[in-house]
Amino acid sequence: MWDGIGDFVAMGGHAPYVWGSYGAVVLLLGLEAALLVRRRQRAWTRLARQARRSTTARHPSTGSES
Amino acid sequence: MKKRHKRLTIILGALAGLAIATALVLNAMRDSMVFFVTPSEVMAMSEMPERSFRIGGLVEQGSVERDQNSADVVFHVTDTDKSVVVTYSGILPDLFREGQGVVAEGRIDSNGTFHANKVMARHDEEYMPAEAQEAIERAGHPPDAGEGY
Amino acid sequence: MNRRRIPWLYFTVPRNFYWLVQRLVPLIWAVAAVLAVAGLYVGFFVAPPDYQQGNSYRIMFIHVPTAWMGMFLYALMAVYAVIFLAWRIKMADVMARSLAPTGALMTALSLWTGALWGAPTWGTYWVWDARLTSTLLLLFLFLGYMALYAAIDDREKGARAAALLALIGVINVPVIYFSVEWWHTLHQGMSISPSGGASMAPSMLAALLLGTGACWAYCAAVTLRRAQTELLEREDSTGWTRTVSTDDAPPAPRGVAVPTGRRN
Repeated sequence: MWDGIGDFVAMGGHAPYVWGSYGAVVLLLGLEAALLVRRRQRAWTRLARQARRSTTARHPSTGSES
Repeated sequence: MKKRHKRLTIILGALAGLAIATALVLNAMRDSMVFFVTPSEVMAMSEMPERSFRIGGLVEQGSVERDQNSADVVFHVTDTDKSVVVTYSGILPDLFREGQGVVAEGRIDSNGTFHANKVMARHDEEYMPAEAQEAIERAGHPPDAGEGY
Repeated sequence: MNRRRIPWLYFTVPRNFYWLVQRLVPLIWAVAAVLAVAGLYVGFFVAPPDYQQGNSYRIMFIHVPTAWMGMFLYALMAVYAVIFLAWRIKMADVMARSLAPTGALMTALSLWTGALWGAPTWGTYWVWDARLTSTLLLLFLFLGYMALYAAIDDREKGARAAALLALIGVINVPVIYFSVEWWHTLHQGMSISPSGGASMAPSMLAALLLGTGACWAYCAAVTLRRAQTELLEREDSTGWTRTVSTDDAPPAPRGVAVPTGRRN
């Protein structure tokens, strides 16, 4: 259907519109997924820190060295 | 009745009321929410509006006249019953074609000529490959220009 | 009687929900990837150019799915809002809140791709017709929901106020859907309608449906993950999170656990 890669990229003269649409979709979906991964990591970090602190509070002799 | 069932009843009742209210408001606003008027509606007006408005319909077959030396173009917008002469100067959208839907924005003069300052093409909801369209034409059934205009 | 099993409340228990998401999301991602690749292949290499629009119509394969998902996610958010308001099930609030950002993104993308499609075909990026205006309102409803939720300090009150807004705004969804029938719009009518079937070539329809499936799977994966994350954020380290603190921990025993219907 396409006459080489140049023809494909040109999209019959509609390249800015077609690639502008698909580019925005790829970019923003990727961004959303990346932000979510970061948010999830932070949630776990917070829980882990909290767990460590409560252990330290309960057993002050074992947790104080580090 | 249990408390949560009562809550649900209240919520759904309020939602139903809201839906009815919205339906009534939208129905009342129908006339002022028209995005464009059709040529028949323009002809039916007792006096031509002074302000800018939009007219919509199909570009009448064989009516498009382009000026050789400028970007001026004259065409007729029809709803298959009445038609209005439209003048425009500028770049027309890709899908501006005879027999296709169009919406023009501008003012109408006392002679009933519509002077557009913006022309938008309105395409139909049919999508098909070029070969399929050619086959339809060969078979003698020109594709319907779309029931909507 | 009070030991009655209510199986569908099983996953309103955070720990059970956590494990459901943990198992489901990788599968959903795989489905999304397969459908997206297939859809893009059909959309760009099988579906021929349109007889009127040439190649710009290929924007449809992403424009229509994002627009549909925007409306669908809003309707779903409203359903969870009703469940939350009527039964005070916190999990329903978590789900509703997790849907909002993705719904806003989908709606924004449908407006963006629509503008880029409108420019070459209609000759304008934007018009204030009923379809476009009501879709913009949908975006503001999503953003309003998120803002209202965040603005009220008391989470319970904020959740209820936001749920109410979600509920009121759901009126807009049928308005968007039927706007092209009820009013004269620049936007064309429905290509795929509940009554009339589809008015497009089979390969074009295939690309559109594959794209819709991919979008749906993406939204499901992202919103489930967000709900899971929200649950973690609401917990402290003393609760159920201790037992699932590593990803490879054994799942909750499904067969043994009796759904308690306990509101968590």
